[in-house]
Amino acid sequence: MKYAYYPGCSLRESAQEFDISVQAVMERLGVELEEIPDWTCCGASAAEPVSKLMNYVLPARNLAIVEKEMGAMDVLAPCSACYLNLLKVDREVIGNRHLHGRVNEVLAASGLVYGGTVKVRHLLDVLLNDVGAKIVEQKVTDSLEGMTVAPYYGCQILRPYPVFDDPGRPTSMEPILKALGATVHKWDFGNRCCGASLMVGHRDVALRSVADILAGAEGADVIVTVCPLCQMNLEAYQSQAVKSGGRHVPVIYLSQLMGLAFGMGEKLMQLKKNMTLTGTARKDFNAKVWRPDVQSEGEDEAVDMSG
Amino acid sequence: MSGTMKQTWSPPTDELQSVLAELKETVGACMQCGTCTASCPNEFAMDVTPRRMWRMIQFGMLDEILESRTFWFCSSCYMCTLRCPRGLKLTSAMSALKRLASLDGSRQARKNGAFYEAFMDNVETYGRVQETIMMNGYFLKRKDPAVPLAFIPMGMKMMARGKLHMPSGRQRGLLKPLFSKAREMEGGI
Repeated sequence: MKYAYYPGCSLRESAQEFDISVQAVMERLGVELEEIPDWTCCGASAAEPVSKLMNYVLPARNLAIVEKEMGAMDVLAPCSACYLNLLKVDREVIGNRHLHGRVNEVLAASGLVYGGTVKVRHLLDVLLNDVGAKIVEQKVTDSLEGMTVAPYYGCQILRPYPVFDDPGRPTSMEPILKALGATVHKWDFGNRCCGASLMVGHRDVALRSVADILAGAEGADVIVTVCPLCQMNLEAYQSQAVKSGGRHVPVIYLSQLMGLAFGMGEKLMQLKKNMTLTGTARKDFNAKVWRPDVQSEGEDEAVDMSG
Repeated sequence: MSGTMKQTWSPPTDELQSVLAELKETVGACMQCGTCTASCPNEFAMDVTPRRMWRMIQFGMLDEILESRTFWFCSSCYMCTLRCPRGLKLTSAMSALKRLASLDGSRQARKNGAFYEAFMDNVETYGRVQETIMMNGYFLKRKDPAVPLAFIPMGMKMMARGKLHMPSGRQRGLLKPLFSKAREMEGGI
């Protein structure tokens, strides 16, 4: 299995732990990722409010490179916004002769042209449908038995184009989490918006969404995400969201959690970069406090452990 | 009759007219069921509900549309687009409304559009978003010292976790030709 890898800007900036854990975990699963040469920004959700044309040209440029230089192999994008923008080219540009012509007219300024042959895949789609939960389970050395995980999907991998999951009741993370040995936290907030870039200009509005999501995770040991912006909003503003009715919950990327279950260790998974994984939370992770056997041991040795 | 009607409107430019035409096409088939409003997670912060906004577009109520701040609260979650029984691209309509307001150029629009503008400026220059420079660009556009101050705790937290990085200039200029061409074709972005 080989994919053209489109990490996207966030994974090379504030979400490096997502990039590193995705690459390490995929390698362990026998998936080869070849980075798209000289890839550029997809425009995220900022391009469409500024320029309709650039909203399509920015992702199309990357697909054009894959088509030309990588034999049109499937593109793997771990970020939700990147995934949707790349997918939009396929769904909204290809087949619309007028728009397709205009996009190619712009691309021609860089000597590129996009025919429309590249398939775009999200990390979760590849994990579920190409790799499969069985292979994931085989790689587990450090089962997450006893850990309750709240799967948070966010918006843009589910909507507006449902490809590999039910956008109203997403479940695509569940087979993977179960393969890791974890218990899935049942909740209604897995597909709720995190507020996205409203956090920059209208923080009060976005905080309400984050508070609702965090409150909904009551009973879960950890929330897992598959998007750098979801991760940022749920982590970085937690203390403020707690004041609006949320609660403190560690938030971690799905790939980091997989890496831990594969025995790759907190250092390689860069848990220190997660803003909600404080020293105590990381200690709990290492001690696997959620395990039934550890819990009973912990009670016996409570006095010794406190030192 | 129509002459008196027109006088109450501000004269729209060609570009404004073209975005308005795009909007009318996008929401023209709206039957006012209100599923969009009921699905919107940010509706509580909007002055005009999404359903009402589509009607205002159908009626071409440009001044009233531009007075509203509704579309600046769209976080692109696509719930309305997914659920619209007419299959209308409502999230795209919200983005087009943001473009319409930016063309109009009110103080309100400059403030609310500052993040998107700063983001795109940064992409045009660097090819890939350089977060620290992008946020500085945003602060400059907001022209309000209280804005960067509110981000200090966040910046400190990010620095402590090794999340702030020196900018990379490796893709610098790579997207310039594309932006120039698109600007030429769209008549100024």
